[in-house]
Amino acid sequence: MSKLNVTRRGVIKTGAVAGAGLALPTYLSAASHSGYTNAPTGSTVTLGFNVPQTGPYADEGADELRAYELAVEHLNGGGDGGMLSTFSSKALDGTGILGKKVEYVTGDTQTKSDAARASAKSMIEKDGAIMITGGSSSGVAIAVQGLCQEAGVIFMAGLTHSNDTTGKDKKANGFRHFFNGYMSGAALAPVLAKMYGNDRKAYHLTADYTWGWTQQESIAAATEALGWETVNNVLTPLAATDFSSYIAPVLNSGADVLVLNHYGGNMVNSLTNAVQFGLREKVVNGKDFEIVVPLYSRLMAKGAGANVKGIFGSTNWHWSLQDEGSKAFVKSFGTKYGFPPSQAAHTCYVQTLLYADAAQRAGSFNPCAIAEALEGFEFDGLGNGPTLYRAEDHQCFKDVLVVKGKDNPTSEFDLLEIVEVTPRAQVEYAPDHPMFAGGSLGSCNPGA
Amino acid sequence: MDAIILQVLNGLDKGSAYALIALGLTLIFGTLGVVNFAHGALFMIGAFCSVTLQRILNLSFETVDPTRTDFLGNPLKVKTPYVESWFGPEMGSTIIDWSVPLAILFAIPIMILIGFVMERGLIKHFYKRPHADQILVTFGLAIVLQEVIKYFYGANPIQTPAPEALTGVAQLTSTIVYPIWRIVYFCFAVAIIGAVFAFLQFTTFGMVVRAGMADRETVGLLGIDIDKRFTLMFGLAAAVAGLAGVMYGPINAPNYHMGMDFLVLSFVVVVVGGMGSLPGAVAAGFLLGILESFASMKEVITLVPGINQIIIYLVAIVILLTRPRGLMGRKGVME
Repeated sequence: MSKLNVTRRGVIKTGAVAGAGLALPTYLSAASHSGYTNAPTGSTVTLGFNVPQTGPYADEGADELRAYELAVEHLNGGGDGGMLSTFSSKALDGTGILGKKVEYVTGDTQTKSDAARASAKSMIEKDGAIMITGGSSSGVAIAVQGLCQEAGVIFMAGLTHSNDTTGKDKKANGFRHFFNGYMSGAALAPVLAKMYGNDRKAYHLTADYTWGWTQQESIAAATEALGWETVNNVLTPLAATDFSSYIAPVLNSGADVLVLNHYGGNMVNSLTNAVQFGLREKVVNGKDFEIVVPLYSRLMAKGAGANVKGIFGSTNWHWSLQDEGSKAFVKSFGTKYGFPPSQAAHTCYVQTLLYADAAQRAGSFNPCAIAEALEGFEFDGLGNGPTLYRAEDHQCFKDVLVVKGKDNPTSEFDLLEIVEVTPRAQVEYAPDHPMFAGGSLGSCNPGA
Repeated sequence: MDAIILQVLNGLDKGSAYALIALGLTLIFGTLGVVNFAHGALFMIGAFCSVTLQRILNLSFETVDPTRTDFLGNPLKVKTPYVESWFGPEMGSTIIDWSVPLAILFAIPIMILIGFVMERGLIKHFYKRPHADQILVTFGLAIVLQEVIKYFYGANPIQTPAPEALTGVAQLTSTIVYPIWRIVYFCFAVAIIGAVFAFLQFTTFGMVVRAGMADRETVGLLGIDIDKRFTLMFGLAAAVAGLAGVMYGPINAPNYHMGMDFLVLSFVVVVVGGMGSLPGAVAAGFLLGILESFASMKEVITLVPGINQIIIYLVAIVILLTRPRGLMGRKGVME
């Protein structure tokens, strides 16, 4: 007969070992060992909003941040719900994401690639952000997208218009809702040909960085296909402030159209300088001289003042759109902040909802599950009509707006008028289009 | 030939801004011996004096127009500037239209006051400190000033258009046109530079200042309070930079960063002209402006890629190697 020898010390030892053994699987699945970076453990999930809070695009960044705060409010069931009620997917119900309350941290990109990477890294490593989103520059977007790919988190790009973001620099963990240079060209060129004719000579001034190059290439290709001739393309330094030295040669170049592949302060200054030099009153080759700004933003149009009147360009979205999604967003944003949202605010708001919806549908925060849910996702009700998140390059395909500087604005926000809503089919292109060649998505990285 | 003439005009125009800022920098350095990195910020504040006056003149009362709606569908609030209500629509809109020239009068006392406060409140404590300390403190001040402006006015550029009568282009020859406001800016710069030189050359105050710049100690021994005069010169230099900024607004829309954009270039101008030399600063300003314009020509960029971004620094290196004191530098200054 055996004797059971139970001692107090033995019970404590056994209990400790058994407890540790039982706790181990929970520990492994709960934190970084769960198979992906920053798996949420408590009742909250943290998103990282990486926007320019200082530097030349700080106003655009502030508008992005307002939109993100609004999106978080709506995801957590606050406010009037905004676009949640018009979004074709009904997975989100105002209880956060997968039952977890949405919280956020912010970073300052300063519109500098190194600063943007540093702030994104800090939000991922110190704050536990599970997704990074935002930005107002293609250079920054490409840099942060690369970082997120390495870190194993999803990157939902903000305002980035370079073909390269979903072209040669595309990444499996990165997604872009905003349109791109190719789409601007495809939408804008037919309108320009219709308004100004097919026999035109264009002179391009181009910001000397990734966005400017791809923008110029796209517009030149699209207009040349319709009969225009590109007589010159001059690269201008990003730091340039006075463009008079670049504008003066246009006067006697034989060109009858000036295309300003500039954004932000560059656009404001180059357009102001071009108008000062009387280009808009000039007649060349028997035609009125015209100026084109392929990428418009309402905030920048405001900076350029009366100089934008009658000038054509393209934009991703505009607050005057009358679809139900746009109206709901403008109402939410306008009621909360007192003015209509910018296109940067719109794309950031939509990206947050799309991420949350993908997580909800996937039933997981695992970046690879979310990427899978976003790839090939067709949706509507978010302000741009029926939209596809293409699986091959993680680029959204939707209608593009051709706009014109308004002649008689009724308010400081009423600067652009929509000339045409270019249908999605007209701006689509093959995934292996030469302008987007040279890179590959690679495979999704869940990190951890 | 037309292209060359146009680039000369552009260069004179750019050079006008460089020369005006460099003139102020040199005045401060020559009198107080301070390397003032906040001088670009004074140029920027001048431009924002114009923005401020424009906003004051556009202060409005609101009336509701029930026939139109705003972006939320509410009745549209129509703003009418008080000046239009007080002086009639035509006179009121003319006053608003001329806000930039009017801002000259608005900016002068403000800039002198800012210069005075800056010198008495901060910079005077660094007179006897090394130049490195002066650079650090004035650079820090420049950052503070630009962040203050950004806080109140935002980061986006704000248009301050020239009066309607001075917009458009002037037909200089049968084939050359040039923006009227840029011609006005050049003439304004020449007038300001001339006025500063005349002030220093033909007034007793100016004579004492020049004597102080040459030998501060001896002038002090004669019982003249040279420090007081130098403080006033700081105010004058601030006003010159501010006026340059006011008039520059219609050329490029003011933004909080515009001072920094000009600061480094203006320092290069001062160094090339010769530290402490007023004629040197002016001559170098125009020279570098013209060279920068020529370097931006497509033909030149094709020949030497990237030259448009480095030309000023390249010239500075060459000048400093061949004439270490700059074009018109005086012996013993910064040596």
